[in-house]
Formats: sequence, structure tokens, C-alpha cells
Amino acid sequence: MLNPTNHIARPVSRRRWLAAAAGVVLCLTGFGSARAADDTIKIGILHSLSGTMAISETTLKDVMLMLIDEQNKKGGLLGKKLEAVVVDPASNWPLFAEKARELITKDKVAVVFGCWTSVSRKSVLPVFKELNSILFYPVQYEGEESERNVFYTGAAPNQQAIPAVDYLMKEEKVKRWVLEGTDYVYPRTTNKILEAYLKSKGVAPDDIMTNYTPFGFSDWQTEVSKIKAFGSAGKKTAVVSTINGDANVPFYKELGNQGIKATDIPVVAFSVGEEELAGIDTKPLVGHLAAWNYFESIKAPANETFIKDWHAFTKNDKRTTNDPMEAHYIGFNMWVKAVEKVKSTDADKVIDALPGVEAPNLTGGVARMLPNHHITKPVFIGEIKANGQFDVVYKTKDLVPGDAWSKELDGSKDLIGDWVGKKCGNYNVKTDKCLGSGT
Amino acid sequence: MLANAFYRLRAVALAVLLVGFVVPAFAGPFEDAVGKFTTDDFSDTEEAIGVIAASGNPLAYPIISALHDERLMFDADSKKVYIRQTNGKAIEAATGAAVDSIPDSASSVRLNNRLRRTVEAALGGLTLLSPDLATRISAAQSVFKSHEETTLPTVEKALAKEADRTAKQALSEARAAIILFKSDASEADKLDAVATIKSRGDQDALGMLSDVGSDQPQSVVKAAAGAVSSIQSRLAMWSTVQNAWYGLSLGSVLLLAAIGLAITFGVMGVINMAHGEMVMLGAYTTFVVQEVIRTRYPALFDYSLLIAVPLAFLVAGAIGILVERSIIRFLYGRPLETLLATWGLSLVLQQAVRTVFGPTNREVDNPSWMSGAFDLGQITITYNRLWILCFTLAVFAILLLMLRFTALGLQMRAVTQNRRMAASMGIATSRVDALTFGLGSGIAGIAGVALSQIDNVSPNLGQSYIIDSFMVVVFGGVGNLWGTLVGAFSLGIANKFLEPVAGAVLGKIAILVLIILFIQKRPRGLFALKGRAVEA
Repeated sequence: MLNPTNHIARPVSRRRWLAAAAGVVLCLTGFGSARAADDTIKIGILHSLSGTMAISETTLKDVMLMLIDEQNKKGGLLGKKLEAVVVDPASNWPLFAEKARELITKDKVAVVFGCWTSVSRKSVLPVFKELNSILFYPVQYEGEESERNVFYTGAAPNQQAIPAVDYLMKEEKVKRWVLEGTDYVYPRTTNKILEAYLKSKGVAPDDIMTNYTPFGFSDWQTEVSKIKAFGSAGKKTAVVSTINGDANVPFYKELGNQGIKATDIPVVAFSVGEEELAGIDTKPLVGHLAAWNYFESIKAPANETFIKDWHAFTKNDKRTTNDPMEAHYIGFNMWVKAVEKVKSTDADKVIDALPGVEAPNLTGGVARMLPNHHITKPVFIGEIKANGQFDVVYKTKDLVPGDAWSKELDGSKDLIGDWVGKKCGNYNVKTDKCLGSGT
Repeated sequence: MLANAFYRLRAVALAVLLVGFVVPAFAGPFEDAVGKFTTDDFSDTEEAIGVIAASGNPLAYPIISALHDERLMFDADSKKVYIRQTNGKAIEAATGAAVDSIPDSASSVRLNNRLRRTVEAALGGLTLLSPDLATRISAAQSVFKSHEETTLPTVEKALAKEADRTAKQALSEARAAIILFKSDASEADKLDAVATIKSRGDQDALGMLSDVGSDQPQSVVKAAAGAVSSIQSRLAMWSTVQNAWYGLSLGSVLLLAAIGLAITFGVMGVINMAHGEMVMLGAYTTFVVQEVIRTRYPALFDYSLLIAVPLAFLVAGAIGILVERSIIRFLYGRPLETLLATWGLSLVLQQAVRTVFGPTNREVDNPSWMSGAFDLGQITITYNRLWILCFTLAVFAILLLMLRFTALGLQMRAVTQNRRMAASMGIATSRVDALTFGLGSGIAGIAGVALSQIDNVSPNLGQSYIIDSFMVVVFGGVGNLWGTLVGAFSLGIANKFLEPVAGAVLGKIAILVLIILFIQKRPRGLFALKGRAVEA
């Protein structure tokens, strides 16, 4: 329901009247069943609160609660209060799909913010397509996807991996590369893209070594000494790490213990943020790098306010902020703007309204939702400092638009995602054809 | 050399003058360079380091070392640079004059990796003549790495007066590195340099010799190539030793995680899926102990693990006894129900820890005696792994002695071998059950203390060890501690020899396949128990 005080306070446009009238009619005709919660807009939060991914995802649930709380303090949305519906998919991929279905059909949420690993996203995709709802996905991922119902607010490979490698080539004159990753889809795809990219830049195949380790790997002795040996070939060597989650801590400990310093063999990581470093003594790691689109240490007024609000909301001034949190901040504000634009939470209307919507990011720029459902982001390279924070040593001049399909891979270099003009997630610009949902 | 000394003398005199009478108008290249730190620009900083390191100014060393430790502060507004000294006092970098305090607006001069290398090289050049032996050696090593031509005179000077053998060795290697890449050095000198570096024989030497480009004289290129292949073949031999060590180390971790299970599962026959959580509780006990020590008695930090070991044993042991009394004792002889109940229990414990301590990893630091590594020949042995190996063997020995020579040990063996006979001899079997389970859990807790040093302290810590622990116990032979020992080390070593060849993922799969095949052949594991206990 619209808030009556709002009607008096503001001049009411014709369209608003129509919307209100429509709302009243819907109410009177008893559209749907349980009407008690009709004066709220429900927002689904689909993040693991238990299991292996809880370490990363719990924070995202908290940040969503904070954003919803703040929006409610500003008067809600369309005159209604926002209500968070939190479910726990427990780091269990099939359970993600089940919980997503529950959120959409039972709780009738207008939008879902959630998922971390690519496999959980892939698991909920069919549900969102079938029930035509909206998912905001906040984590950097391997790309090669553009779906009508999903909005990707994390980085695509060209917004993280490629700029990081460019930086190492230019600044550190790196000639030899170790691609070290956890064995699943994100590192494998990213490394495939990086390998193609490095070869296109004239790096010999002999100068690239790719290693994979299982999830939660903890005995890094052999891997680290392999890196050490690979690095002693007289050419500057760097490690590009797509190691995910917990396994990072023993990896960095082993690096520190075996005395591999950033000045000798720098490691640039794509999944290590402030949160992950919280469990390690960072003194031996000073100078190792991470590439993200946001760092807590970036000095910008928006970021300072955000951190202050976060500390106040969590009642803990030691809680760190990180990149996926910023992605949710941007995604949530974009969704709010799109809903305000079409004055409805109807999925089709909001999906059509989102491309082109702009929302400020936390580092002083403005992110724009692109027709391929990815957003524009700045890329930062940070070096680990002794206090566990990152010192930004490089920043792209402009915002980088996210590519849904990598330009480096043969299979995808002709594809684009365009949900505005072509209404297609995998449009082949060479053959002028939409591949459809077959891929 | 004489000119150099004179220059130095003049620089010192100049510095004394400057310190005596601060005359800003008298700004020379040194002061200009110091001023460059205030622009917060990496290339300006690099330029400044170069000028300051070559200036011969007595403030050069304090400035560069402060820069290295992030103690060099600049204030962009007043364009002043300060050094925060290790004793907490502050001086102005350009003049050396003491200041009361550094303004709040000042921040430390930022470095990136390229600059960090420059700083290390400069610091090496500046400390070659340091009175402290360790500093001299590390200076020589950083000069070896940077092989900066300009440091050659200082290296030669240091070499001439060096008395210590190790330092002399390091210095002559540094000199060889410089000469090898010095364009105007003679061919004979370069050949000597190659020989010196070759005798060093490690990966750094290998890297340096592989770097010899085709612009060098033919004979030098050839000598370097020969040295590279000889170092490589020597390192290949060492890598076998290294793999064996890694295998021992992995084996010790497996053994440590599995000993507790060898009691609860091996001796008592309880399929204890909550075993990993006992390990996790031990790790969290370590965390709590370290937290208390950090806030109350920071001086005791190096002893934190020694304090944590008995506490972890008590915490995990008490919880083990509680679990046995409240759940497991009703389920003896019903393996499937035990499995489900303990699995449920493991989830409950995980969630409880997650609620109390939060889902994120907790930081457990290595005490200083467990950090770092030492070189043994051409292999690197990290202290934490070495200590864990010793610790594991100690725990194993104590447990074995306890089972062998104490009354409780005797009762335990009696109950597991023939419960009814033991009961009729007057042993309170249910009490022994509780104590045995408590002992197994307590040892798992101790394992947690050690594993907190090499792994994440998170609520999921236990899960990553439970499968491996069962694998070790089953492979070694259920009910036999020696079997567990042999099983753990053979799995560890096999794994580490497979890993370099097959990669970590395939290596692990290969091990599992081997175990499946082995169990087909010998269902009771390496050392099968014979007699009544098996049939019971």
C-alpha cells in the first residue's frame, strides 16, 4: 500500500495516481492470498550461513540487512517498507536451488541477492529462469555467461585478471608465470583465459606453469617448492593465484616460512581480500598483491561513510569490508533505482529498466549497468601491508566495462550479451545470430 | 679509495655542519632528495633513494632503513620528512634534528615491490661495513641479489677487512655476481665469477647463471651453461631428499590427526564422525589461550602452545567423556546409529563454535621458535613442520607407554579384548569406556593445538581431517597403534612422491585408488589384529 502521508506531502503525478488506483483495485479484489504482508516488499537473501562458505557469505547477509535497514530509514521503497527474508543454503549447492524456489514461490520475494561460488549460481539459474525472478550475484567470477534473470555486480575476468597480469608485465617486468588455482570452474576458466592472453602477448608455453589443488588444501610444501624451483630460471617470475577460500591461509604461511618474498616472486591473488587475511600474520606477506575493484583502505567519502555505518550496524569496529560487499551495495542501489523508475517490483519491468541505471560505487566513481547485465568498475591493484590492509599501487584510469564473454577465448570472442537491443545473452556478432539457451 | 675516503669525510663534515646549524637556504642535493619523499609518487621516491644512498651522508642509513620498515613519515602540507626511531623518538630526516612529535597529518612513505627491491639493494650497500656480523652477511646477500655495479668498491673494501669465514664467502659471492654482469670486466675475471657462483649451488645461483645472456663472451656463456646443468643435476638429487622430508612431515600430520581416532575407532570400535570436531576444539582452545596471553601476559607468548596442550587435552577430553556418557554408551554394538549420531554431533559442535566464535577464521600465531626455516644442504626445512614431527612422535610414544605400563592402559586393553571377562575380573567396564573415549578425544584436542599452527582455525577445521584420519586407521589396521604409525608415514611419503609427478589433485586420487585396491587384498589393513577381539 502507498503511504497516505506521502500523498499529502508530495505533488502526485498522474502516473502515481494510476499506480495507486491499481494498487487499491488489486487489494480490493483480493489478489493473491495472505495479504498481511502486502505493505512490505520482500527481498530474498540467499547466502550460506553454515558450512565451508559461511566464512565469506555471512558478511554478505549482514551487509544486505544493513542496506535494507538504511533504505527503510529513508522511508522504504514506493512507500512500502522493505523486508528481508534470510534463508541458509548451508554451502550445499542443490540446496541453493531449493531455497531459491522457496524464496520466490513461497515468500514471493521481489528480488534475490545471493550466491558466492559459481557452482551455486549455476545451480539456481534454472529456478530463476523458470520462475522469472531476479538474482543479483556479487562475486568476481569466470564470465562466459549472460542471463536475462541475473545481474552480475562482481568482476568479469577482464575487470580483474587481465589488468592484474598487465600490471605485473609492465611494472614488475614478469616473464614467467605460475597459474596456481583451486580445482573448480572459476580458476580453470580464468586460467584458460589468462593462458590465451599471455600467449597472445608473446609468452612462451614453457614459461607458463599451471597447477591445481583440491578445495581446502593445506599441505603446500611441494607446491611452494615447485614455485621456487620454477622461479629460479633467471627470468622474473610471478604467481597468479586463483586459490579460493580457506586454502589461502596455509598457502601464504608456507610462502612466508619458505622465505619467498614479494620482492623475489610476487603473488597476485583474485580471491584474497581483507576477510581472508584476517586469519594470518601478514608481516611476511608484505608486498604480495591482490586485484579487486574495491579495497577497504581506499580513501573516498562514500567509503568512509560506508565503513562507519557498517561498524555501527554490526556494533563491532573491527569488522572489515570487502569487494563483494561493495558489489551488493551497488547492486542494491541499482535495483532500488530501477524499481523507482518503473514504480513496480514486477520482474519483467525491473529487468528491462536495469540496463543503463547508474549508482555510485564506494571508491568515488559511478557504476552503470550494461546491456549484458554486467557493470562498469574501476580496477585496483593493492599490495598487502603489515597491518593486513591493502595499499593501492595501481588504479585503472577509467571504469572498465565488464565483458560477459571473454575476448581471449576462441569459443567466445565473437559473442556478446545484449538484453536491450538483441534480447539475447549470447549473440554472435560474426554470424548475426543468437545462440539461444542451448549453450 | 683515498678519494672516496676524502669524499666521505667531507660528507660527514657537511652533515655535522648541517646538524649544527640548520640552514634551510643551504639545501644541497641530499636535502632535495629527502624532499622528494613528500610527493607520494613512486618514481620520485626511487630517485630519492638513489641520491641518498650514494650521498655518503650519515643520515642515509637511518633514512633508508626507516623507509624499509615503514618508519619514514612525510607531511605533505609542511613538506617535511620525519624518521620515527625504534625507541619511539622522532627526528627530522633532512637535518637529523630531534623533534617533539610527528604531526598527525603525516603518513608513512609508501613502497611498492620495485621500490622495496631498490631499498633492499641500497640498504645492502650501506650496511656492508656494519660492525654486526649478521647484518654484514645479509647485506652481502642482498648485494648478491641486486648485483648493483656501484657497490663494487664497497664490497671489495669489506672483503679486504672481513675476518669471518661465512661473511667472506657471502661477500665474494656478491663480488662475483657484480663482476659477472659488469660489462667492462675481463673474461678471466668473469670465468672466476662463474666458478664462485657455481660453488654456491643453490636456486639463487641457478637463477643468476641462467640469466647470463648471449651478449657475454662465448667462453663465459659456455661456462655458465655448464654450471647450470651441474647445479641442476645436484638439485634434482636434493629434491628426492626434499620429497622424503615432505612425506615425513605430511605423515606426521596424518598420524597426529589419526592417533585419537586410533583409540576411539581403532581400540573401542566407535565410528566417531565427531573426531574432527575434537581436533577443532583443541585448535580453538589454542586460540583462546593466545588471546588471553596477548591481552594479559604478552611476555608469555612464546609459551602459549605449551600452556595450550594440557588445556586442549582437558577440554576435548571432558567433552569426549560427556559425549560418551550421554550419547555413545547407548549405542554400543549399533555402528550405523553411532555413525549417524556422531555425525549429527559434529554438526552441532561446528555450529556451536560458529555461534560463539563467529564464522570467520581465527588468527593463531606461530611463536617465534616455530616461524621461519633453515637450510639443510639444498633443502628448506620449516620449523613448524619439524616441531610437529617431533611433537607427534612424542605424543605417540607417551600413548604407547601409557597403554603398556599404566593400570588404565591395562584395563583398556582388557576391556577391548574381552569385555565380559574383564567385567568379571572386577573392572568397571563402563567407566573404562568413558575414560578411553575421553583419552581418544583429548589426544585429538592436542592434535588441534599442533594443527592450528599449519592450518586454518575455523569451524570446518575438523572436516578436512576426518576422512584422512579414517583412511590412515583403516589402512594401518584397526586396533593397532603401530599400524596407524606405519600407515600414516607410508601414505604421507607416497603422497609426496606422487604429487610432483601427478599434481596435487591426481596424486590424492591415486592414493585413494591404491588404498581401495589394498583393502580389497587385505581387508583388515596393514597389521591385522588376530584373536578374539576381532571376532567379537
